[in-house]
Amino acid sequence: MTSTTDTNVPLEGPTPDDGLRAAEQSGPMLAADGTPLKRSLAKALRREKMRALMLIAPLLLFVLITFIAPIGDMLLRSVRNDIVSNTLPETVEQLASWDSTQQELPDEDTWTALYIDLVLAEEQKLHTRLGSRLNYELTGASSLFRKTGRAVGRFDTDVYTDQFTELDESWENAATWVNMFSESDVADALPLTARTWERWADYLESEGDVPAEEDVEDFLFTALYKDLTREGVDVSGLSDRLQQAAAAVPEFETVSLVEQFEDADEDWLDPAIMQTIQTYSPRYTSGYFLNAVDAQLTADGVSARPENERIYGILFKRTIFMSLTITLSCIILGYPVAWILANLPTRSANLLMILVLLPFWTSLLVRTSAWKVMLQQQGVINDTLVWLGLVADDARLVMINNQFGTIVAMTHILLPFMILPMYSVMQTIPPSYLRAAKSLGATNWTAFWRVYFPQSVPGIGAGSILVFILSIGYYITPEIVGGTTGTFISNRIAYHISSSLNWGLAAALGTILLAVVLILYWAYDKIVGIDNVKLG
Amino acid sequence: MADTQNTDAFVEFERVQKSYDGENLVVKDLNLFMPKGEFLTMLGPSGSGKTTCLMMLAGFETATHGDIRLDGTSINNIPPHKRGIGMVFQNYALFPHMTVAENLAFPLEVRKIGKSDREAKVKRALDMVQMGAFGGRRPAQLSGGQQQRIALARALVFEPELVLMDEPLGALDKQLRETLQFEITRLAHDLGITVVYVTHDQTEALTMSDRVAVFDDGRIQQLAPPDQLYEAPENSFVAQFIGENNTLEGVVKEMRGDSCLVELDGGEVIACKPINVSKPGERTRVSIRPERVEYNKDRLQEGAHTLKAEVLEFIYMGDIFRTRLRVAGNDDFVIKTRNAPDVERLKPGSQIEIGWLPEDCRALDA
Repeated sequence: MTSTTDTNVPLEGPTPDDGLRAAEQSGPMLAADGTPLKRSLAKALRREKMRALMLIAPLLLFVLITFIAPIGDMLLRSVRNDIVSNTLPETVEQLASWDSTQQELPDEDTWTALYIDLVLAEEQKLHTRLGSRLNYELTGASSLFRKTGRAVGRFDTDVYTDQFTELDESWENAATWVNMFSESDVADALPLTARTWERWADYLESEGDVPAEEDVEDFLFTALYKDLTREGVDVSGLSDRLQQAAAAVPEFETVSLVEQFEDADEDWLDPAIMQTIQTYSPRYTSGYFLNAVDAQLTADGVSARPENERIYGILFKRTIFMSLTITLSCIILGYPVAWILANLPTRSANLLMILVLLPFWTSLLVRTSAWKVMLQQQGVINDTLVWLGLVADDARLVMINNQFGTIVAMTHILLPFMILPMYSVMQTIPPSYLRAAKSLGATNWTAFWRVYFPQSVPGIGAGSILVFILSIGYYITPEIVGGTTGTFISNRIAYHISSSLNWGLAAALGTILLAVVLILYWAYDKIVGIDNVKLG
Repeated sequence: MADTQNTDAFVEFERVQKSYDGENLVVKDLNLFMPKGEFLTMLGPSGSGKTTCLMMLAGFETATHGDIRLDGTSINNIPPHKRGIGMVFQNYALFPHMTVAENLAFPLEVRKIGKSDREAKVKRALDMVQMGAFGGRRPAQLSGGQQQRIALARALVFEPELVLMDEPLGALDKQLRETLQFEITRLAHDLGITVVYVTHDQTEALTMSDRVAVFDDGRIQQLAPPDQLYEAPENSFVAQFIGENNTLEGVVKEMRGDSCLVELDGGEVIACKPINVSKPGERTRVSIRPERVEYNKDRLQEGAHTLKAEVLEFIYMGDIFRTRLRVAGNDDFVIKTRNAPDVERLKPGSQIEIGWLPEDCRALDA
């Protein structure tokens, strides 16, 4: 008995496809008008693609503008660090050549640069923000900057102002400075003064003031003094006023700025603050990420934080462990329910389905608060247990404000997300598979385990991914019922966003969380295959 | 049927009833016995109870009343997996997550048969259905016909003595169905297995079976070999359901032993063979097979009864001609003639005379 009808026996003789095959062998396939078939196909489909794009455009734009762009910007904050180099440009430049490992203070030029930067920052009220930023890395930096900010305007640098105006009254006049820097060779000869003047003038203009009408401040004279006393300064060919000043400066009375800083706050004498500024001077930093993995960036490079300061590793581990536990409990509780749903007659299944979906109709906060009522020590469950005599009144169970509470409440809240995909997959498994297995001699258990279960795995996979990803980033429930031991990394992120205002660290933690989820997703794809995930 | 009568029966249904809702009986008083090695087909329209009977035999449904026996032992309380009955399903029910070879090895594995033995049996079963080269494939990579062959091999691989088939060819196209029909009957006879086959396709039932049980309304209407079923239907349901049939309605006028006279509603009186009419005055349906009707006067046999007829339609079907006539007020009277050179092609509108032998004309219940 042979059968050629359903086995792939090659046909002999020409078939209609032979012509096409021949074309394929000799080059790209051509359409009737001679253009390559691929191109004419693309052309034919372009209209459809454009229409599809138009249809999704409003949503796409909405998501891009309100969701993806802000999140991208937020995540970039995890590496962005331009506040140091923007606020203290001169200091950063000076510190570039400073060897911080010597445990010595930087030279006077650096202190001058810091003085100039700080005065400008103080005028613009930027120094407190910088202080807060550096405070993440070095405790005390915030108050140091605030304190110094108040003092920096009263530094004894008026010594230079007085001596310059003694030489020539016109130094006091801002118009003189405006004119002086309109000549480009002056800027070449006096670079620090030129840069400082430019920053000052820019600031005044942004405030709506005219630089030529303002007072000339002490820090400008300090910069001028520094430039004129610099080795190899060449003022020949410049104005008489400058030549006169250049000739006079070697005799000037001077002020030690490092002492001025010391007077403002003795903490400046600790090299740590300058080291921190130096370490965090690049525009991009790995500092936030290192912080997020319990490490820190020091002058000597990357090092782990002291044992008692490590919290994020514990939090990440706890978040993943608890999410896995929640996912597992959802599988264990949800699988039988999904099974019942898939095997009941439609009418009863619909009724049961409403019960499964019922939690979606109640506010998340209400459900979580209900758990608080249920689980607390004076709560319903404890009361019942005490009443039944199972638990002594003075030994009531602690079921809330710990991991147990979080796991219970979140399993309850996320259960529908597990049941629904499992149900929709199980619905597609024909009952005849189980019957076939039993008719082949399998016991109920073997038939289930060898035949039904493998086919329901895609549903478990889909539900697990959904529940795991939802729970790993969950915030409200652990916040309410988690206490201190049951909180997730997301609670810490929220803390940094809204309380400590360390957005960079929050962004780094968020990025790591996102990466962890993506890695797990990738691993799942490798192990189970994402094609095996079915939502229906 | 009494027990004593069926001591050699392999499969036996005794007074079996089945109800799903407690109000309606899906199977009403089923009695059936099958000897070993028989190929029995349960044929009937959907909802006639044939699949329910099969499921009760397989153990997936329990009989509400009555006894089902396999090889003399009652199996009412034996779970399906202990019955040792092979089963082929309409949608094949091949396990999609296993390869073909794993599917076949499954019944052997659950029976704890050793690996080498298992492999030998799987190979033999695959060769038996000419699918030896497909062991490593997944069911989804096979065509419908190939899948059905694998399903068949899987139902046979653990050497059951009884195999149930639930419309196994329903999803296949005609040509493939015919090939597989032949293959299934050949395998069943070669292996000497007993087969209960459920179908609603009468051609399948007639060509494959040793005996056919025609189901309707929860009862077996007739249980007979295919030729008897076709040529000697015992009631008008069977006559209508099996093959094409012409029906003329009338009243019994006279009983004459093995023949009777029936006055048709049009007034003509014809002689018929009484099947389930017993006394004059009963209403009856007279059944005549289209191919037993002759219109060529030269060929009309001795004793043939003749009636006037008007040709309404002539349909050319290749091997045969199908002609629709008006006979005794019935517009749907069909005759079939072989396409032979000497056969006249009737023209619509022409008046002819048709005739048949009284033995071919059966007076059945109304």
